[in-house]
Amino acid sequence: MSSRDRILGRVRRALADVPSDDVPYEQAVQRDYLREHGGRSIEETVDLLADNLADYRAVVHRTTMDELADVIGRLLSERGSNSVLVPSGLDAGWLGGTDAERVADRAESSPGELDALDSVVTGCAVAIAETGTIVLDGSPDQGRRRITLVPDHHICVVRVPEQVVPSVPQALERLDPTRPLTWISGPSATSDIELDRVEGVHGPRTLEVVLVSGPPEARG
Amino acid sequence: MSGTYLGMPAFPKAAHEAVRDETLRGNLRHATHTIRAKRAAAVAEVSDWALLREAGKRIKDHTLRHLDRYLEQLEASVTAAGGTVHWAADAEEANRIVAELVKATGESEVVKVKSMATQEIGLNEALEAEGIRAYETDLAELIVQLGKDRPSHILVPAIHRNRGEIRDIFRREMSEWGRPAPEGLTDTPAELAEAARLHLREKFLRAKVGISGANFLIAETGTLVVVESEGNGRMCLTLPETLISVVGIEKILPTWQDLEVFLQTLPRSSTAERMNPYTSMWTGTTDGDGPQTFHLVLLDNGRTDTLADEVGRQALRCIRCSACLNVCPVYERAGGHAYGSVYPGPIGAILSPQLRGTESEIDASLPYASSLCGACYEVCPVAIDIPEVLVHLRERVVEGGPATREGNKVVLKPAKGHAAERAAMRAARWAFSHPGVLRTGQRVVSRTRRLHPRTLPGPGRAWSGSRDLPTVPAEPFRDWWQRTGGGKGGAK
Repeated sequence: MSSRDRILGRVRRALADVPSDDVPYEQAVQRDYLREHGGRSIEETVDLLADNLADYRAVVHRTTMDELADVIGRLLSERGSNSVLVPSGLDAGWLGGTDAERVADRAESSPGELDALDSVVTGCAVAIAETGTIVLDGSPDQGRRRITLVPDHHICVVRVPEQVVPSVPQALERLDPTRPLTWISGPSATSDIELDRVEGVHGPRTLEVVLVSGPPEARG
Repeated sequence: MSGTYLGMPAFPKAAHEAVRDETLRGNLRHATHTIRAKRAAAVAEVSDWALLREAGKRIKDHTLRHLDRYLEQLEASVTAAGGTVHWAADAEEANRIVAELVKATGESEVVKVKSMATQEIGLNEALEAEGIRAYETDLAELIVQLGKDRPSHILVPAIHRNRGEIRDIFRREMSEWGRPAPEGLTDTPAELAEAARLHLREKFLRAKVGISGANFLIAETGTLVVVESEGNGRMCLTLPETLISVVGIEKILPTWQDLEVFLQTLPRSSTAERMNPYTSMWTGTTDGDGPQTFHLVLLDNGRTDTLADEVGRQALRCIRCSACLNVCPVYERAGGHAYGSVYPGPIGAILSPQLRGTESEIDASLPYASSLCGACYEVCPVAIDIPEVLVHLRERVVEGGPATREGNKVVLKPAKGHAAERAAMRAARWAFSHPGVLRTGQRVVSRTRRLHPRTLPGPGRAWSGSRDLPTVPAEPFRDWWQRTGGGKGGAK
């Protein structure tokens, strides 16, 4: 007998007490918990996102689409970044304000090559205000999962308010589970030493989130 | 469950030694009290906590009640997404499957994400025996591995170590495993984390095989979810060419939507954060992004035996948040090692004896490693009634009775060593129903109190071995009451 059959057989024998007309999934789970916590305006939701990002040591910037390239250029130069990793679908205009060397996100790049790069700039799929989380789904403006991991400096652009949701349940509704997903809440951190939180272990030690607003038509 | 910890003394003996270690008690008190206060604040932010807790409980219970169906659905969806599913009935089989998968890649080292399932089966040791070196990459696991130590907490395995001890371990051991600790390393957490970053980065960048567990498996989509903080998980899950995930069969959730409950309750219960820094989700393989070969090893190893117990099966709802450890007065004093299992604390006291059976001395003692105060039940985000299961398991240990081992129904004999307790309870019942006898007995005890030993002789020794005997008052309460009219006369 295969282990598959053995385990499934054990499960069925273990569940002999469960009646065959047991309550179906749809009725077994009451979903009377909240879809979001508190009623906030759109502006208040974006403010909460900014507050919660900052609470977990992400550096938050707010700007308009017109000034986004300048802001990104300034952040890269303040950091002294000479090279920046760029996902294939990132709006080229966003990097119009920097002289840093642009390195394309390619499947062939070795982890060692990525480790030699200073910064990475990406968009995001959705941001969650209540938890201060940005979610990347591997879309062309976000690139492969590893590019936001290996370089030490990540700049993530969030379009507000349209990419912001209040809560975790609302974020999951927007996401496609078949895509490779990375949820990021603040920079890499550990609490393993005496339960003291320390930012910066293996992932980027600096996470800068740029909340960019502006009329959709100005965004090319 | 693996024999990693077999040969451990029973809980009372191990705890007896641990409570005399003042450094250990200090480290634990500091850590558990810090996290307790933070957790309460994080939970208070969510006004519908009770409803989320109830939903989490029901999702898990429903899944367990139809586990065969969801396992088959999961297997189909993982396979359709490009993964390969393996089934392992016990630790030995799981270790053999993983070792063969690693060997097939031609590699002799692997990087590991922190995982309770791989610890439970003793995977590192099994790989070592096959000539494969497994590097733990979670900071706390690294501390434990370098210190040739055992984990003592589900979430913070090195909770029993303070910063000074960690610095000493890094200075002494890092060079044996790769990049040495930096010169002049101090004991500030930031410097220690930096030393770990440098030490591990060279391993991440060259690793070809990663091994993980998973916090959740989604049956309808075949999605795996790993929740972590440091990014070592993301490194192991995305940089290697081959990924092998070893996951207990109880980790399944039916639908994608179910995550909305657990991604709210897990981080707040475990690290007291609104959300943990990193969560990775993958469904099979994705061309050009992450590992191109993915294996899922579904692990039984005592879980189906636990499922067969109608009272005890609720332990399988556990999402390994460790909130119960942090509030437990027994864990806080005894420490995690005393539980003799990778699952310490209240959840360990009900999970280990069910996964491994109650035949060994340590497993027979674990249902007693509790004051039954109920704090663990109060904080549990999936409402596992740990005291109820403890009492149920105590009854099984003392009385014996029907149970399931490796899929077969067995009848357990009463455990040895409880005869004295049974006799004492019978004697107490008799004495309490004979007031004259009780009165005389109490007077005799009071008058001889200066002669009492500090531990009991004979069959009572086991009881007093882990307890301080109460001091006996000079006069029995009932005599004092009669003499003074309940203290009304102001007489002493």
